[in-house]
Amino acid sequence: MNYNPFIIPFTTGAIILFAIIIYKFIAWYRKLDKKQRFYLRKNILTFKSIEAIKESFLEALIHRNIYKKNLLLGYMHMSLAFGWFLLIIFGKIEASLHAQTLFEEPWLAIFFRYFVRDEHKFFMSEIFPPLMDFLLLVILSGVLLAWLKRFSSSLLGMKKTTRHSKFDKIALASLWWIFPLRLLSESSTAALTGNGSFLTGTVGNLMAVLNLQYFEIYFWWAYSICLFAFFVSLPFSRYMHIPTEVVFIFLKKWGATAGEEYSGYTDFQLNACSRCGICIDVCQMNFAANIQNVQSVYFIRDTRYKHLKDETANNCLMCGRCVEACPVGLELTVIRQQLRNKKEIAGKHYYDYTKPQEADKKYDIVYFAGCMTHLTPSIIISMKKIFEEAGINYWFMDENKGTCCGRPMRQQGFIQQSKDLISINQKLINSSGAKTLVTSCPICYKSFKEEYVLDIEIKHHSEFINELIENNKIKIQNSQKSIVYHDPCELGRGSGIYEEPRNILAKVGNLKSSEFEKQNSLCCGGSLSNAIIELEDQIKIRNHALENLTACNPDILATACPLCKKTFVHGNKAKVMDIAEIIAENISLQNQSSKHKEKNKIKTKIEL
Amino acid sequence: MENKKTVLVIGAGPAGISAAKSLANDNISVTVLEKEDTFGGNINNWAKLFPNFKDAGEVKSSLIQNFVNNQNIKIVYNKKVTELKKHNQKWIANTSDGEVFESDAAILSTGFKVFDAQYKEELGYGIYPNVITSVEFEKMYKNGKILTVQGSVPKKIAFLNCVGSRDEKVGNHYCSRICCIAAVKQAIEFKELYPQSEAFIFYMDIRMAGQFYEELYRKSQEKHGVVYIRGRISETSSTIDKKVQIKAEDTLAATPLRMTVDMLVLMIGVEASKSTTILSKQNNIDGPYGFAKSKDIHTADNYSNENGLFLAGSCKRPLTLTETIADGKSAAISVVEYLKQTK
Repeated sequence: MNYNPFIIPFTTGAIILFAIIIYKFIAWYRKLDKKQRFYLRKNILTFKSIEAIKESFLEALIHRNIYKKNLLLGYMHMSLAFGWFLLIIFGKIEASLHAQTLFEEPWLAIFFRYFVRDEHKFFMSEIFPPLMDFLLLVILSGVLLAWLKRFSSSLLGMKKTTRHSKFDKIALASLWWIFPLRLLSESSTAALTGNGSFLTGTVGNLMAVLNLQYFEIYFWWAYSICLFAFFVSLPFSRYMHIPTEVVFIFLKKWGATAGEEYSGYTDFQLNACSRCGICIDVCQMNFAANIQNVQSVYFIRDTRYKHLKDETANNCLMCGRCVEACPVGLELTVIRQQLRNKKEIAGKHYYDYTKPQEADKKYDIVYFAGCMTHLTPSIIISMKKIFEEAGINYWFMDENKGTCCGRPMRQQGFIQQSKDLISINQKLINSSGAKTLVTSCPICYKSFKEEYVLDIEIKHHSEFINELIENNKIKIQNSQKSIVYHDPCELGRGSGIYEEPRNILAKVGNLKSSEFEKQNSLCCGGSLSNAIIELEDQIKIRNHALENLTACNPDILATACPLCKKTFVHGNKAKVMDIAEIIAENISLQNQSSKHKEKNKIKTKIEL
Repeated sequence: MENKKTVLVIGAGPAGISAAKSLANDNISVTVLEKEDTFGGNINNWAKLFPNFKDAGEVKSSLIQNFVNNQNIKIVYNKKVTELKKHNQKWIANTSDGEVFESDAAILSTGFKVFDAQYKEELGYGIYPNVITSVEFEKMYKNGKILTVQGSVPKKIAFLNCVGSRDEKVGNHYCSRICCIAAVKQAIEFKELYPQSEAFIFYMDIRMAGQFYEELYRKSQEKHGVVYIRGRISETSSTIDKKVQIKAEDTLAATPLRMTVDMLVLMIGVEASKSTTILSKQNNIDGPYGFAKSKDIHTADNYSNENGLFLAGSCKRPLTLTETIADGKSAAISVVEYLKQTK
């Protein structure tokens, strides 16, 4: 048997590591909710598993998403992950070929050069030394970059990097030293036996100059101890993401989603976070308002270690910029929502005092303005004008006794309240018999689409107006004004509506682009999901966004969300208008009846 | 005449007028720079004054006695000061038309402006014609009638307090001090004109901290039947017949409330005027919300941290007319003290 006491730290560490990981995975699996387990069973034997293997390869080993952010940062992650992965695989093949069995001593592959000192020839034995040396060199280049990143994160395209916990530091330090020590161990053995290749051979020769090769056994010991330290700290450190990310990718591909409640799937996601800190750089709280320690990486970390503070959970705009940027694809805002969950009184009905009025007859279209739109009445007036001009038989559902869609409650973690509101609205919507529901508020839109059970087509007014124009139901004229469009979070990143608003605006004016657009658009700062942010900070976020949006001095700053409109108006930077208002202003009245003329007159404000 | 000291007063509102008069009395040569074509400032917007319903015109007349034809006072109209700077112990004011004025000391009496109610779109100002501001109410009252845009007497009128004051969303945390009592005054005026109509006042707190205010508040309820509802209006909409529909919360009854009124009057708050903000920023004496900051609120309230630059009236904070006039005189005393020290 190939044995030396220095294999003990490595072997013990590996056993502890696997035991803990298996224990944790089983515990989390048992906490998966019914829906998640259902999808797992349903899809485990389908081609979705093949997709998951492919994605695991691309993300967990190649780190494709990090390459998108920065080439060097991507290379750093890939060299460490993929390089090490290949080193293990080829090491195992080499050891198995040498031992002529698949069941050689498990540590043989790791310490192969120490135990196989002669030049015993075995099948393909001559290709391994240079290959293993090459892989080691790749990994070492990644380690060098990691050192540089600690020294100056901006070299690798990161403005800020994550601050670490105790276990992280132990794991990180051992990770840094594993490969340099492997180089020294193998090189010293190479110096003594000549079994090295271009890297270990050369370094070995250099070591021989200083007679360092006689410390061979100590280098191997140090290498083994470093592996032990890394393995034992891994399950408690950020490096738990290495095994967890793969499981997460499989669960995700099988169709699991984070529900309203904290579940085992949440645990998998919390542990799949590598704490790379990419979410810090994209967070407006960080770069516009200089608020630290609340970003997703800290939120996930604190939740995982169970010392989450209310401030960290609640001081977030839920704009979704970090979700868009996360290389692992974690459902960061949904998890935050789960953790915000206030304990409600079970079985209590919170909105008994609302007396919703059902539709008096059947309609083609239901219009739901939404609470925020009621605070911007010019949007409502514009929508009425558009509906009338298009000759639509519509029901203004929340004109008098409106009820909130429930989403703001949900985002704050009040699930029961949200459900109560949803059931009230669902009943009303169904009473209209309409085929389409139009809303002016992106928050309501997302809520109707994702949280309601409705057999009805749901459209944001930008989609609806776009269709009216395409189908020639309304005619508009081009005002020639320059317009910049601001993508509201819930409509853009939240619901993927990017083209319809631009399509409309290009027809009524001269649409200009801005620095932060579409997936990369900024939050206005007025988000309802953050109930604790200080006004001054909100203003900083708003002003920063306004500055960027109005850099080209547009005549109009257009948006498609009443909340964004209200927030930006107070910034006093540009004329802010909702898409509906812009269309209503530029509508060419086809059936210009006296009724319409009179209506327009009313709107002219009295001069006193 | 040779060694006569000169003082620049910026703004011919009540504070500026009262300061200029006192200085002239001390044989100091005063130049008053006014951006409008007339003096009086915000007092011109008022018909009658709280708490005694005295005619604002009368108050103005007695205020300007010895002001207009005073040989020590030179009033220059249509002069908007764009820059105020100290140079070699002199105060230099540049106006928008390029003229330059020089003096030994300067008084900032640039006053306030009212909050632009269009910022609170949910209240419908600028959208629904029967939503007006308290300033517009005064103008109507001056003409003897309060009428809706359709030309009829409002059967129901509502006043909403704290529009642009004590409102975190618009960035004004402070209380404007004059709106509560102005709402009480206007509600009484309305009820006296139209006893058959109903008047409601929506408020957060009724702040009656002035002599005779509390009595007036009481009288408005006992004698005129003005109804007070504690709660802010959250949104407005228009009915087909152009009435204003209000959604609010009655926080005493703890229930949401809806009401249709013929007219809604927004009691708009007090903000620092543009000149106040610009000129105090230039001299590093800007305080919160764009108002000018005095050296010490207790003992040197008319002094600023700039030697020779003095503050009078509501350029410092929201003040009543009574306080403003007194503050103008007080500023004049401080200027005289200063000029004596500098010989």
